Amino acid sequence: MSAIRYRFCFALLALMPLSFLLPSSHAQESPYIVTYHHYLEEPGNLEIEYFSTFGTQRAGNNFHAFWTEFEYGVTAWWTTELYLDGQTTFHDSTIFTGVKWENRFRPLKHEHFINPVLYVEFENKNGADKILKEGEGHDVEADFLTPNAEARREHIHEVELKLILSSNWKGWNFSENILSAKNLSNSPWEFGYALGASRPLALKASATRCTACPQNFVAGVEMYGGLGDRYHFGLRETSRYLAPVLAWNLPSGWTLRVSPGFGLNDNSHRFIMRWGVAREISGFGSMIAKLFGSGR
Amino acid sequence: MKACIAALALSGVLLMVSQALAQSSGSVGKEKQKESVYAEIAKAPEKARAKRNPLETDPQAVAAGRILFEQHCAECHGDSAAGGKKGPNLRVEEIQSATPGAVFWILTNGVVRRGMPVWSKLPEPQRWQLVTYLKSLGVRPFTPPQAQALLPVPD
Repeated sequence: MSAIRYRFCFALLALMPLSFLLPSSHAQESPYIVTYHHYLEEPGNLEIEYFSTFGTQRAGNNFHAFWTEFEYGVTAWWTTELYLDGQTTFHDSTIFTGVKWENRFRPLKHEHFINPVLYVEFENKNGADKILKEGEGHDVEADFLTPNAEARREHIHEVELKLILSSNWKGWNFSENILSAKNLSNSPWEFGYALGASRPLALKASATRCTACPQNFVAGVEMYGGLGDRYHFGLRETSRYLAPVLAWNLPSGWTLRVSPGFGLNDNSHRFIMRWGVAREISGFGSMIAKLFGSGR
Repeated sequence: MKACIAALALSGVLLMVSQALAQSSGSVGKEKQKESVYAEIAKAPEKARAKRNPLETDPQAVAAGRILFEQHCAECHGDSAAGGKKGPNLRVEEIQSATPGAVFWILTNGVVRRGMPVWSKLPEPQRWQLVTYLKSLGVRPFTPPQAQALLPVPD
């Protein structure tokens, strides 16, 4: 049963190649991997993303965590996203670690100097989750030492809320995220943060079609970590990371991202290397509408 | 297994919700949606309207704007900007006689409640390149895609 379960879940993770067959749309993605900005998915478009995180582990085995995201623009003010997570711990095992369902809402009609977005997420994961998609509470490197067989026995149902604030200034994007997360099994609220700054390498578009021209690259840096919990709020005994980020938006609709991350204190993994690939499928909503017979 | 079933169930719910949203904006809704973009451009604040296009005389701006249009806008507004399934005709009087500043304002802010996303994620110079391209198109009435196929192909 267990083997069937994992084959099924990994089959879902492997859906990425399917996107080759569908019409794509040129994406203008930010390079951030942890930080969110205020831009939502275009209505009706589906973005399929695959990300990898290689992490070093002191006093334990290094790991490779990976996840697939299905991000859909329901409306211009609501984006919903499904995550499937897994990980391989070297000299241990490869396991599926959970599912997340995320929603982002844009409350304001127009652009402002600071643009807020509200984020609500439900996580159904196990204790072996290592994707490090955010820093929260007192999560530290030593938590990752537990062997997979034991860690996966812990079931976590968590609600996570974020306030995303994002601004644009002279081609730069500055984003700040504050998060609070609650494990529904009687744990205290935990807090975390993520900060990001990024800018395209060129602000004007080229008058000729090109793949490697500077406007297709967006570079920046992000910093993220935990802020303790309800009883011990602050930076003490938390992990934090600094990570340069780079995205390459290809005219074919693909986006490549790469980000080496560095732990800033002894509670953090010394080094994490992330990379990701994304493809935006245009008109996915219309395809589904046709499937249901609306014929538009 | 439970987690995967839950994930699939959530995806199913999502599809139904998006389908319901799509159905609720049927063809009449779509027309209203399109008209609302014209109405929105009239709401551009005076200061935004008065903004001058810094790339108006840039000889490269039209070509660059055309590429940007194809990449980001044609999917909704049609390849020739004369209207598509989701987006209105941009070659109408309302848009072509609007000031460049007003067109820039609507690109920046979108019409979020009516389905047009904000495009401030494109850097300011790229939005001005798009404005330059749109303004270079001139007025042309909407031609449905089926009718476009019947038009003679220019030599």
